[in-house]
Amino acid sequence: MIDILIDIILLSFLAIIAIAIIRTRSLLAVIMLFSIFSLLSAGLFMVLDASDVAFTEAAVGAGISTVLMLATLALTKSYEEKPSSHRPWIPLLVVSVTAAFLVYGTIDMPPFGDPNAPAHQHVAPRYIEQGAKETGVPNLVTAVLASYRGFDTLGEVTVVFTAGIGVLLLLGGRQRRKKKKEKR
Amino acid sequence: MKHNLILRVIAKFLIPIIVLFALYVQFHGDYSPGGGFQAGVIFSAAFILYAIVFGLDTAERVVPPRVLQILASIGVLIYAGTGFVTLFLGGNFLDYNVLAEQPVAGQHLGILIIELGVGITVSSVMLLIFFTFAGRNRP
Repeated sequence: MIDILIDIILLSFLAIIAIAIIRTRSLLAVIMLFSIFSLLSAGLFMVLDASDVAFTEAAVGAGISTVLMLATLALTKSYEEKPSSHRPWIPLLVVSVTAAFLVYGTIDMPPFGDPNAPAHQHVAPRYIEQGAKETGVPNLVTAVLASYRGFDTLGEVTVVFTAGIGVLLLLGGRQRRKKKKEKR
Repeated sequence: MKHNLILRVIAKFLIPIIVLFALYVQFHGDYSPGGGFQAGVIFSAAFILYAIVFGLDTAERVVPPRVLQILASIGVLIYAGTGFVTLFLGGNFLDYNVLAEQPVAGQHLGILIIELGVGITVSSVMLLIFFTFAGRNRP
């Protein structure tokens, strides 16, 4: 009962914040709202017992990405210009039809938390039954991420590394040129 | 923000706690929620707080970007290197069972090492990105 109440409160706040993000023109306020949005989703993940995901969402979504967006904001304008006026009917129709199709698609899905759902029948039972025994790690998420799916995680780390290299190549060059000038 | 006394005092008080918590998340990830990725982000958050309060130049003296670039590559190297060590010990790529006498002990060791690699890379890349973005604004 209390779970449903928390879900309703969190989801309605998410919707309110999403609308506020669309309506607000001050980009600083939008970044703060994004941060609150991430924190609320972290709470939602916590209600779903996905503590690892909630942890990541709170640290990355609400923390680091907010700081990075603020750093970016310092380089650009802090106000969004008013969009040119146009009729909203065609976009509204497209969005409504897509939403209707998405809702129609969820009707066929197995009920939430159903252990017989196809997604839970493939490799998950083996991880749950053998995971603690085979890896000796009580936290199943760590066992799957680091051991069973170790190759995937290597790919993820490489993606983070590549992102760092990309940012350095695109934005990091200016300082070096400055230093060269100083030497001359 | 050099003259903001309250911020400076609170930041000095908070930064060691944040670093300690990051290390806890890093090395206790086998037993509780967390792991290299989250730990790396929290670790870098401590230094970002330092940079915001004490200035970018001071923070870059504490952790030079050059060192961060090397650390970011070392993390990936540790991870991929573990895979090659298991290859040479006769197992498959990233098959930690061969790292120790007991398969379970090998798994434990392997997970600890690769999580360390993940933590090092994530924290240094996050800091690098922050330094690069914030450094653009310098006059």
